[in-house]
Amino acid sequence: MSQVPADLTYTKSHEWVRKLKDGTVEIGITDHAQHELGDLVFAEVPEKGRVLAAGEACAVVESVKAASDVYCPVAGEVTEGNPDLASAPELINQDAFGRGWLLRLRPAGAPGGALLSAAEYEELLRAEGS
Amino acid sequence: MGRHTPLYDLHKSQGARLVDFGGWDMPVQYASQIEEHHAVRRAAGVFDVSHMCVIDLTGARTREFLQWLLANDVGKLTRPGKALYSCMLNDAGGVIDDLIVYFLSASDYRLVVNAGTRDKDLAWIRRHAQEFGVEVRERADLAMLAVQGPQARQASVTLLAPGDRQRALALPVFGGAPVGDWFIARTGYTGEDGFEIMLPGEKAVEAWLELNSLGVVSCGLGARDTLRLEAGMNLYGNDMDESTHPFESGLGWTVALKPVERRFMGRAALERVVAAGSARQLVGLLLEDRGVLRGHQRVIAPGGAGAVTSGTFSPTLERSIGLARIPSGPVTQVEVDIRGKLLAARTVKPPFVRAGKSLLS
Repeated sequence: MSQVPADLTYTKSHEWVRKLKDGTVEIGITDHAQHELGDLVFAEVPEKGRVLAAGEACAVVESVKAASDVYCPVAGEVTEGNPDLASAPELINQDAFGRGWLLRLRPAGAPGGALLSAAEYEELLRAEGS
Repeated sequence: MGRHTPLYDLHKSQGARLVDFGGWDMPVQYASQIEEHHAVRRAAGVFDVSHMCVIDLTGARTREFLQWLLANDVGKLTRPGKALYSCMLNDAGGVIDDLIVYFLSASDYRLVVNAGTRDKDLAWIRRHAQEFGVEVRERADLAMLAVQGPQARQASVTLLAPGDRQRALALPVFGGAPVGDWFIARTGYTGEDGFEIMLPGEKAVEAWLELNSLGVVSCGLGARDTLRLEAGMNLYGNDMDESTHPFESGLGWTVALKPVERRFMGRAALERVVAAGSARQLVGLLLEDRGVLRGHQRVIAPGGAGAVTSGTFSPTLERSIGLARIPSGPVTQVEVDIRGKLLAARTVKPPFVRAGKSLLS
């Protein structure tokens, strides 16, 4: 079973959210998601200043085989897209919860109650048979 | 649940991710599609292609039948053991399937057709074989391994009895020969040297494991797709189908309009295309901007709009390549609509990669 860090929150569509000290949040896709997608060869991340709604497609990750949308777990304004992914999209495969982060944003309100805890996300993965 | 090849359980035990492919549960990748791709370009890999359909044709008039059935001319096959790539067309010149035909003897030929088109191909071939008195036999008892890469042939022959090895190594490109109850052909779908081996299904697991023990890497159909696209080879259903003819599919070279007296299915329609000039062409694309070409993306060319038919990230070139159908006429540069952005692509004549080397200038 793929790793699920306890200090993050998750979505049913396999994104993760990390609260940062400055009040912004960092967003990426989970280790399970990168494993399912396979070798990633391209990532398109949003530009600073873009305002995103919760559930809106905010990034695209492409494996050799297919392109997949990443959905924004929380509404807010983008403060930064990960600049390293342009030349090294494989960081998402290598370190999905760390150097493979996709974007940071300043939440528009309190992060939604729809997010899953690590335990709930693990339960979801079990239910999906992984 | 889809159909299973004799290697299904082995794929699962080797950690393959299995996906539906033309009604079959097939391995798309084991650990890493990119590593599998590189293994074939640099050393050797083995693919399970047992889902493809092997059809044996027998009868005194088999050659005459195939000269009528296929757009390429089996009359080019002068010696037993030689193979030919051809399209099988409908009356309108549309491509029912692409296939390889092997000349075995004066009355015996073998076809290898695509998995996804098996049922319609068999129905079509049986229907027309009748009037030629040709017997059609589907060889579902055979498994098929594609062993591909610069070291593939040398590894493969160790599966054979010592006395048969030299004969297999001496096979010319696009040549094949029966070796006992196996059939070994120097063909493939990767742009590398190698063999395609047809063998009794119950022997497939042992052969696969023996190849693994020689360092031949288990490869999934994902790597097969990136390899074939780098090699500039069409995929049926993506790059051509019954609604397109060979001249707009980069397959004009496979159509034998000479000798003029050979009547074949689709000939009249193709002669009209040649007389009028094909309105569309299939070109290779190299994406100059960052991104990945994918099938169905809109292409804006000098002569009008077209579409990407196959696209992927090329592990060898480390950039995106594809095939696109666009209006005929001179072209060097196009734009591709990728998620609403128009990105620049250069047209190139496929193949992109052959025998491990980039062919791009």
